[in-house]
Amino acid sequence: MSTAMVEVRSVHKSFGSLEVLRGVDLDVRAGEVTVVLGPSGSGKSTLLRTINHLEKVDSGWITVDGTLVGYRRSGDKLYELREREVLKQRTQIGFVFQNFNLFPHLTVLDNVVEAPVAALKRPRKAAVAAAEKLLARVGLSDKADAYPKQLSGGQQQRVAIARALALEPKLLLFDEPTSALDPELVGEVLDVIKDLAASGTTMIVVTHEIGFAREVADTVVFMDEGAIVEQGPPAEVLDAPRHERTRAFLSKVL
Amino acid sequence: MSLTSDPPLAPAAPAVRPDYASLTVVPVRRPWRWVAVAVTAVLVAQFGHGLLTNPAWEWDVFARFFTTETILKAVWITLQLTFYGTALGFALGVVLAFMRLSGSPFLRAVAFGYIWVFRSIPLIVQLLFWFNLAYLYKELTFGVPFGPGFFTFDTVGLVGAMSAAVLGLALHQAAYAAEIVRGGVLAVDGGQLEAAAALGIPRLRQIRRIVLPQAMRSILPNAANEIISLFKGTSIVSVMAIGELFYQVQVIYGRNGRVVPLLMVATVWYVLLTTVLSVLQHYVERHYAKGATR
Repeated sequence: MSTAMVEVRSVHKSFGSLEVLRGVDLDVRAGEVTVVLGPSGSGKSTLLRTINHLEKVDSGWITVDGTLVGYRRSGDKLYELREREVLKQRTQIGFVFQNFNLFPHLTVLDNVVEAPVAALKRPRKAAVAAAEKLLARVGLSDKADAYPKQLSGGQQQRVAIARALALEPKLLLFDEPTSALDPELVGEVLDVIKDLAASGTTMIVVTHEIGFAREVADTVVFMDEGAIVEQGPPAEVLDAPRHERTRAFLSKVL
Repeated sequence: MSLTSDPPLAPAAPAVRPDYASLTVVPVRRPWRWVAVAVTAVLVAQFGHGLLTNPAWEWDVFARFFTTETILKAVWITLQLTFYGTALGFALGVVLAFMRLSGSPFLRAVAFGYIWVFRSIPLIVQLLFWFNLAYLYKELTFGVPFGPGFFTFDTVGLVGAMSAAVLGLALHQAAYAAEIVRGGVLAVDGGQLEAAAALGIPRLRQIRRIVLPQAMRSILPNAANEIISLFKGTSIVSVMAIGELFYQVQVIYGRNGRVVPLLMVATVWYVLLTTVLSVLQHYVERHYAKGATR
């Protein structure tokens, strides 16, 4: 039995003639925080999106908590899952978007309540109680009845995190959660993520925040041109990178 | 090049800066706007005066017919045509819109073909076709496609003038409604569907709860246009001798020769009911503006 929460094996993905993932292998152990760094276009967001099957892989496979993502094995065949089954798998995998993607026509509370009620068939009352706790956890209890557009970017992203947590996922994926924020609002979102890390949530975070990676990551993964260049503890990858490409990237962003 | 003389000295700054805040502000005068107002007012007054004093408007005839039973019944039929045309038209329109957005090239092509055909045929031509459906198909049978039938209807009996009219209006409306709904759905940010999918929200609920309420913002103004134009468009149905508003008005002035006051009866009803629709539109739009800052 493996202790891996996520296994990614020789994943390839192309958009038209552009190959964005060229054989990626990655293991994420339960309870650990993995931070993925890399220049724009290195395939890190695409990798994250394949893990909850927002993007279908061209070849290779991915498991989350031992379950194949997007496919079912029967004998020596892999059957593509129906949309309903994929949706069910995704309730185990929280996803936080760069642009928040909150539902603008629903209040903050309804944004958080929607998925537990619609996807997990929870009674609304229980979902509301859970949502109120989550909003308290991200420090937004007083904004439950506000609409997303009445909030700052940082507040919106915290709501988005609460919305992802409402499904009690085994795994949380963050796709550049602070890239769309004003610099002064980055801290409040990173604080929430740090808090989650401290509580033992398994997370994969794609980001450009090197300081956050150093402080929070158990493993730092550096990607370039659709492949993982190197990975290891932050002290190794960030402070003593073995590859020239990693050194060049870090010298530009630090 | 070299500088051969010293640059001129800057003019000395005034010793005391004036205090503009204490001065009176005089607004810009707009004399031409007053001229325009005067001319427009005279024209409006002339028009109103003509309406009231020109005996040819025959306001007494207008008043006599405005709320007679025949006219009220005709208004009711016009409203029914509008309601069924809108309801069926938009129901089919939503289906067509999602067919055009479907992943299946066949469904896309069929929806595209439908919209192409029904937008190309003038409504009046189409209505006459439906009216003469019995000429094309004597019987309608429900059963297994290309196989045995279970129920058979006489087309003349089933497709009466009224249902032919509703059918024609609805099928015509569906083509336009489909494009309006599709436009509305396309206007919703792609991230919304992605977020809903990432949260595992079931497909139908993604559309009903997340996409359509947001699409309504851009669908509504166009849909209201369509409903109002369908409402007035029901007057075309008069060619099928259906007793809607315009047909009845024609019948009455054909009998008594009072063309103008009776046209005014129809006009005022159309204006009145369009006003009601516009007010309704305002409230429905306000409902769907929840959470929008603009």
